[in-house]
Amino acid sequence: MASTETTAKDGDGSDLAGLEAGLDALETVQTGRKPLRQTFVEKILPPVLAIALVLAVWQALVSFRIVDDPTKLPSPGAVWDVLQQAWLKGELLGYIWTSVSRGLLGFFFALLIGTPLGLLVARVKFVRAAIGPILSGLQSLPSVAWVPPAVIWLGLNNQMMYAVILLGAVPSIANGLVSGVDQVPPLFLRAGRTLGATGLKGTWHVVLPAALPGYVAGLKQGWAFSWRSLMAAEIIASFPDLGIGLGQLLENGRNASDMAMVFEAILLILTVGIAIDLLIFSPLERWVLRSRGLLVKS
Amino acid sequence: MATTLAKAADGTGAVTHAARIEHVSKSFAGPAGHQLVLDDITLDVAPGEFVTLLGASGCGKSTLLNLVAGLDRPTSGAIGTDGRPALMFQEHALFPWLTAGKNIELALKLRGVPKNDRRGRAEELLELVRLKGAHGKRVHELSGGMRQRVALARALAQDSRLLLMDEPFAALDAITRDVLHDELTRIWRETRLSVLFVTHNVREAVRLAQRVVLLSSRPGRIAREWTVDIPHPRRIEDTAVAELSVEITEELRGEIRRHGQH
Repeated sequence: MASTETTAKDGDGSDLAGLEAGLDALETVQTGRKPLRQTFVEKILPPVLAIALVLAVWQALVSFRIVDDPTKLPSPGAVWDVLQQAWLKGELLGYIWTSVSRGLLGFFFALLIGTPLGLLVARVKFVRAAIGPILSGLQSLPSVAWVPPAVIWLGLNNQMMYAVILLGAVPSIANGLVSGVDQVPPLFLRAGRTLGATGLKGTWHVVLPAALPGYVAGLKQGWAFSWRSLMAAEIIASFPDLGIGLGQLLENGRNASDMAMVFEAILLILTVGIAIDLLIFSPLERWVLRSRGLLVKS
Repeated sequence: MATTLAKAADGTGAVTHAARIEHVSKSFAGPAGHQLVLDDITLDVAPGEFVTLLGASGCGKSTLLNLVAGLDRPTSGAIGTDGRPALMFQEHALFPWLTAGKNIELALKLRGVPKNDRRGRAEELLELVRLKGAHGKRVHELSGGMRQRVALARALAQDSRLLLMDEPFAALDAITRDVLHDELTRIWRETRLSVLFVTHNVREAVRLAQRVVLLSSRPGRIAREWTVDIPHPRRIEDTAVAELSVEITEELRGEIRRHGQH
């Protein structure tokens, strides 16, 4: 910031303005973007090296015949071939889309249910006492436990998959919002009240925005739970008419004793889970934290 | 509940008090039964007057401010203010999800200022606290002194006739605090606001106020009052400020010493 040189015409006033401008300039932190090269070395190189190392160890296990049984451990090359064939036959994107569309749609429904539920638990004492502990407890129940009852209630169909996703993701999303609301600093609530933000206005202008970081953390976890629940449902309730998603692909591989196909499915499940997180939830979380100055720059 | 009153009894409708605190007591339920925090406080703040409330820990000065702000209710007695007062805290209490300007605009919005007028009014208020151009800055991008000035602008956005300040400069470094004292004095004189300013810093109290009210501790009672007629602009190092500060500090020490004698 340029220092404001003022002629001492009105004496004390301009002195003060100059002093203040100086203080402001001295105490304001200058921030800039990191150079691309540094980002590459700090953020991209380490995971690439880690993946390369895993592939090298895997290849070594096969090459040096430490595990000499393709039905137990296929070579990286064999898995790559299976992936390539699926791509060439035009099936690969179909597998991925079947699962991703189910996962995202289920997550979307979970969002619609989890958000008002979380708000209700956070703000209404009776509701919190009644279902708060159950909601937290449900998070530790593996969602695969819901598959058998869901199949019995709903049959082998897409509704069953969505039900399992909801049961897995709704508690995470609701709990995220509850902890977000619980962690709103009381000072913000007092400040809001003096400004006239009470009741619904207070919820809308103060409580919800203040709870956003916790809510986004809940969404992130909710997605992870959605994806895990869906995979469990697809593996257990694989049924040809439902279309082949990644879970069914894994189950088909097991039935055919085709270890390369099993590895293909596992890799795809992992990749999709990571990709959605990296493309949607991590940027969302970083944006929320950075705009509030909560992201610690290492 | 604070009643909105303070209209003159003579029927002219002129406001005679920015705040009127009448025989206010406050006690809280504690582990050792009810604890009396404020005992029979009676205090008027005239329109345009700058009053500082001074006291050691436990004198209930923040409690009193909360009562006047309407954030809490007195156990007995009555508090009347001319409209809802604005309140500034020791922490800036700005909302980090909004920019500096949007924080001010939220205050305007909650007061019912039409959407089209908010931006311009916020710019004016930022200019008043000499932060022109800071509208789009995030709270964490501002220094401590700048944050308190935005907080002051947000409080002023409420367009209240009474500004309550709860040790708003206590967390700042000495030179920034001194600059903000000058700013507050300038803004107070420009806007003709009434200010009720709580502090434990005697020099600060004397430098700013027209009237210094000393509270005793546990329970808080009004111990003594001083009228400060040192002309503005005052400096923290002025002899007159120093002399009165010494006198008040002696009195404050006496109040504190009483608590060591059982």
